[in-house]
Order: sequence, then C-alpha cells, then structure tokens
Amino acid sequence: MDFALIGRIWPFFAEAAWVTIEVSMLAIILGLILGFAAALASLSRNVLLRWPARAYVSVFRGTPALIQLFLLYFGGPQIGIHLGPFEAGVIGLGINIGAYMCETIRGAILSVDKGQTEAGRCLGLGQTQVMRRVILPQAARMMVRPLGVNAIALIKGSAIVSTISVLELSYTAHRYISSTYKPFEMFILASIFYLAIVTVFSFGVKKIDERVALES
Amino acid sequence: MGLDFSILPAYADILWKGTLWTIALTVLSMFFSLAGGVVFAVLQLNRHAIIRWPVAGFAWLFMGTPLLLQLFLIYFGLVQIGLDLNAFVAGVIALSLHFAVYNSEIIRSAIVAVDKGQYEAARSLGLSQFQAMRKAIVPQAVANVTPALGNMMIALLKESALVSVIGVMELTLSAQRAISDSFRPFEFYIAAGAIYYVLNLGLEQAVRVAERRSAQYR
Amino acid sequence: MSEPIVKIRGLKKNFGSLQVLKGIDMDIDQGQIFALIGASGSGKSTLLRTINQLEEVTEGEIWFDGELVNQKLPHRQREAHLNRLRQNIGMVFQHFNLFPHLTAIENVTMAPLMLGRVNKAEAIEQAKKLLDKVGLSDRGDYYPSKLSGGQKQRVAIARSLAMNPKLMLFDEVTSALDPELVGEVNRVMKALAEEDMTMIIVTHDLRFAEDVSDHVIFMADGLVVEEGPPSLVFRAPQEDRTKSFLQQVFND
Ligand SMILES: Nc1ncnc2c1ncn2[C@@H]1O[C@H](COP(=O)(O)OP(=O)(O)OP(=O)(O)O)[C@@H](O)[C@H]1O
Ligand SMILES: [Mg+2]
Repeated sequence: MDFALIGRIWPFFAEAAWVTIEVSMLAIILGLILGFAAALASLSRNVLLRWPARAYVSVFRGTPALIQLFLLYFGGPQIGIHLGPFEAGVIGLGINIGAYMCETIRGAILSVDKGQTEAGRCLGLGQTQVMRRVILPQAARMMVRPLGVNAIALIKGSAIVSTISVLELSYTAHRYISSTYKPFEMFILASIFYLAIVTVFSFGVKKIDERVALES
Repeated sequence: MGLDFSILPAYADILWKGTLWTIALTVLSMFFSLAGGVVFAVLQLNRHAIIRWPVAGFAWLFMGTPLLLQLFLIYFGLVQIGLDLNAFVAGVIALSLHFAVYNSEIIRSAIVAVDKGQYEAARSLGLSQFQAMRKAIVPQAVANVTPALGNMMIALLKESALVSVIGVMELTLSAQRAISDSFRPFEFYIAAGAIYYVLNLGLEQAVRVAERRSAQYR
Repeated sequence: MSEPIVKIRGLKKNFGSLQVLKGIDMDIDQGQIFALIGASGSGKSTLLRTINQLEEVTEGEIWFDGELVNQKLPHRQREAHLNRLRQNIGMVFQHFNLFPHLTAIENVTMAPLMLGRVNKAEAIEQAKKLLDKVGLSDRGDYYPSKLSGGQKQRVAIARSLAMNPKLMLFDEVTSALDPELVGEVNRVMKALAEEDMTMIIVTHDLRFAEDVSDHVIFMADGLVVEEGPPSLVFRAPQEDRTKSFLQQVFND
C-alpha cells in the first residue's frame, strides 16, 4: 500500500466525492418527482395517464442504465437535445431511478389497507381527498426505507456517469489508476468516500424513518 | 441530422455477436454468483469468527461500492499482480463477485429463517442430518430465496452492460463500435436497448417460472 | 305514512358468475332500527354495502331519502352524487378502519373540516361532544394504536356521527372485539337507537338484535327468508330455515 501516494492525492478524491454527492442528490430529487408522478398516474383510472406511466416503468427498468445514459448524452444531439456531461448524468440517472421509485411508491400506496379508502369514501370524501389525507400519509411512512434503498443503489450506480466524463469519484479513480498503476490504492481511496457517503445517507434515511414512524 | 433506422440491418452481424456475448457473460456470471453466494453464506454462518469476519468485511466493502469501481479493481488489479486475464474473464469475475455478495445476504437470511422445528421434525422422523438438510431445509429455503435471487439475476443482466468499459465486446460495446463506424448513436443505442429489453423480458419470464416451480415446497 | 327513507326494489348483485343477492325488497322508515341476521355468506354485508354503493348494483333500485342511489351517471357526476349520498349515510366496519395516522379527535374532525362544513373551532367542539357521547372524552389525543378495540369502535362511531348522517350502517361492529368489550359498543348503539337514528345493524349477536331492533330481517342465500318484529321472528318464526338457524345459533 503506497500511503505516500494516497496522502498526496486524496484531496482530489474528496473534491470528486462532492461531484458524486451533487449528481446523486439531484438525480434522487428528480427521481422522486418522476416516481411520484408516475406512481399516481399508473394508479389513475385514465388510460392516457396510466398507459404512459406503465410504459415508462417497463422501459427504464427493463434496459441498462448505461444504455439510457449513452442514448441521452450521445444520441440526444440527433434529436436536438444538447446536454453537458453533468446535466446528462443527473437527468439520465434521475429518469432511471424514477422508474424504480415509481414501483416503490406504487407498492406502498397499494399496501395501505382497502378499508382505509372505504372508510374515507364512506365519510363522503372524494377520491383525491382520500388519496391526499388518508392514503398518502400512511404510504409515506412505509416508503421511506425502500426509497432509501433505491437512493443508495443510485449513489453507487452514479459511478456510470464517469463514462461520459463527469469528474466524479469513479472517474477520478480510473484516471489515477491509469496514471499511477496502483489499482488497489485507488480502489480503497474511492471506496472510503463511497462508504462514507452511503453510511451518512443511510443514517439520514433511518432518522427520517424514525421521525415519520407511526406513534405506537 | 435526422434519424435513420434503415442503417441498422447493415450492422446486424456485430449486434448479434454482441448479444451472444452478453448472454454468455450473463449466464456464466449468474452461475458463479449463485455458487459464490452459497459459499459466502455458508462461510458467514461458520462458528469461527476468524472465517466469518473476513467474509463479512469483504461483503460490506462490495455492497457499499459501485460495481464499476470493482470492475476497475479486478481488471487492473489482476494485471498488476501478474495475471493478465482477458477482459471477458475479468468481467465475469467482477460480476460474479459483486452479485455473489448480494446473493449471499439473501441465502444466509433464508437459511437462518427456516424454522429450527422443521429440522428437528425431520431428524425425529429418522432422517440423517444430510437427509434432513436435503429433504426439509433446502427445498423450503430455495422456495424462499427464489424471488429475491431472481431479481438479482434480472439486475445482473442489465449491469452486465458495464463491462463494456473494460473492453468486453458485448452488446453495449458492439453498439459503440457500430456507432464509431456509422456516427449514429441514437439509432444504435435504441437498438441495443431494445435487445436488452427483450432479453430482460425473457429472463423475467424464466424467473417467474422458477418461482412457480419452487413455490410448491413452501 | 311518509315515504320510507330507504327503499329497495328487486336488488340483485353478482360477483362474476356468483349471484350473492337474488332479489331483495325492503322499506325502512325514518327512525327504524333494522337488524339483519343470517348465516355467514348469506349476503348481509353485500346488501349493506350496496346501500352506500361500496358495491355496485347488478339489477334493481335503491332509493335513499327520495333519491335513486344507483343512477347511471357520467363518472364525474357519479362521484359528486356518491360523495353527497355518503355524507348522509354513516358506516361502521367490523375492523374499525380508523385512520392510524390521526388522533381520535382528528379522526372525528377530518371529514367535516375537509368538506368545509364547519370551521376548526366548531369541528373540535362537535368532536369533543361526540367523543363524550361515546364515553371517550379523555381519549381525544390518543392515536388508534393506543386504544382498545372497543374504544376504537366507539371512535369510529363518533367519526361517522360527525357528518350528521340520516342513516347509520353497522356491519358486525362487535365481531372483532373481545367479549368483555362488546357491551360498551352495544350501549352506544342502543343510545343512538333511542335518539331515533335510523339504523341497519348486521349482527351475529342475536340477543342484542332482539334487544335493540324494531324490525328483523333473516337472510339466507341472497334472499330475505323471513322478516318482522323481533318478538315474532325470534319467538315464533314461521319458516323452517329461520327455525333451524335460530336453533343452531342459540345452541352454540
Ligand atoms: N368482492 C367479492 N368478490 C367475490 N365474491 C364476494 C365478494 N364479496 C363477497 N363475496 C361473496 O358473496 C357472498 C356473500 O358475502 P357477504 O360478505 O355479503 O356475506 P355475509 O352475509 O356478510 O357473511 P358474514 O356473516 O361472513 O359476514 C359470499 O359467498 C362471499 O364469498
Ligand atoms: Mg359480512
């Protein structure tokens, strides 16, 4: 283990870790928005909403995130979408994780007992009112942890944006492996940052989960 | 530059070969990741901490870091210690190790979850320890792990695209080759995506069949 | 006699190929207490749930307060019609279906507030009165998970009453309760009955049915087999099926 080398270059990894955090957090936010919209659309009785939402989930869960990213970044210009690496990375990752989050959110909504909807409707509340005040508050509590799992998968999965030259952790690791021929050191260095990010993020998810957990 | 999908058939050959390599890569990695998953699971249930801990540490490291990074480590790391493997082998090793770790978590909790009473009941019927394992524990554990392992295998197929970055000529890299020749990224990534989508559908179908088959033991 | 508040004519209900209700006629006057009895699977819950359209009707008519309940309407209008209808029909379920994320008092105030019937102060005022009425004035700030089954069910009754319904439907509301908690819920229903609330009570508790109701309906296989005042149906049943049902239940 070449500690002198690690001591010299770790600041570059720290900087790259910020890029990983930025890309991931923005993608997670985008994914949550898309996932939420798609989940509600996929539960709608209107086929014009339901069908596109189902197709979105099926296509983006059914193909590699890397292909989706390449299509957006390299193929986008052919249909007039010109994005820089960072933007393409955020949008590509966000659209991808949104499809997974949609399934998580949908599952949480569907797992709320049918009796809850019936009780709400029996009081004369409309479908939207029941969804907003009865179903979603309960579903929200159930989805925190699984959405956290989705988000952590995304943080690790964000490494793929290194292939379109976003200067994040994996890109930096790759670059230093090529220039120093020290793959173990670079792997360990990058791993420390990934593990730190994932650990802190998991802790945050756990805190949020505890905060929203049913009082009982 | 508009879109022109009529260019695709001219490159059917390279895409077809890439598809076959993706299938080979995925099937081999599935096999080794499942076998590795069983090994890691058993090791993690070992009585001796000296065996449990290194495996647990390795699992923790591989579950907390990106597959891509692990791919770099294995591809370049093996070269550094003098094992100049071809990219395909390195790709299979990386995918297998990565998914073996996840599989082992699933398998381990399933083994732990199978009721002790089941085992004792089997033993009291006069079955040997091995028979008890084989007749009572394993079928139930298999039924319990099949859905989760199936999801892992479905993920593996899609993640296999990553090995294109170390130069394995599978589907994704094949599409890139076609693109560097034709300058038509959009068409070829759509084509590659469509092929992955079909492979994925097939795999999902297979997983569902496996789930149904194994569910009878539950 | 004025129009009955609930009027059911030729009601049929199929689940797929299974016919669960095979032609039900029924008239309920303002202030009447109906007890609906019958073996498991005879269609009692289904009948109750068609009245507020938790189940759609296959054939026949249901009238509530002079309005056809099961009108064919475009989706939007039907939703509005159902919401209006259900605001006037309270329903209490076997498994309470309290909203677990809201306190007892929030459970009671939610619908009146959301529907803009009252302001917040009025809603709380009213909810406190209702909780007091069901004997839970000291449990307003409790979440459902901290309440006993009997307490939950009483909160559920208060929640329904908050909409000032003209009709209350009870579907085996004491079936999920420990025996020692049944009495407290029955007392609340009894008190309501004495205030001239119109009620339909599905129950397996025949002693309570006899005690509280002024009209009993015995159902079997999706049909009304026998009906009349409790003194007659319970003491001098005419139909063999009624007799054997009563015998079975009372022998248990
Ligand atoms: N949603 C449904 N889909 C299909 N069949 C149903 C449905 N709901 C009820 N049934 C069937 O309709 C029949 C009548 O059911 P219902 O719940 O009305 O009986 P019940 O008299 O309330 O019985 P219990 O005393 O057990 O509550 C039963 O055979 C039941 O299986
Ligand atoms: Mg019932």
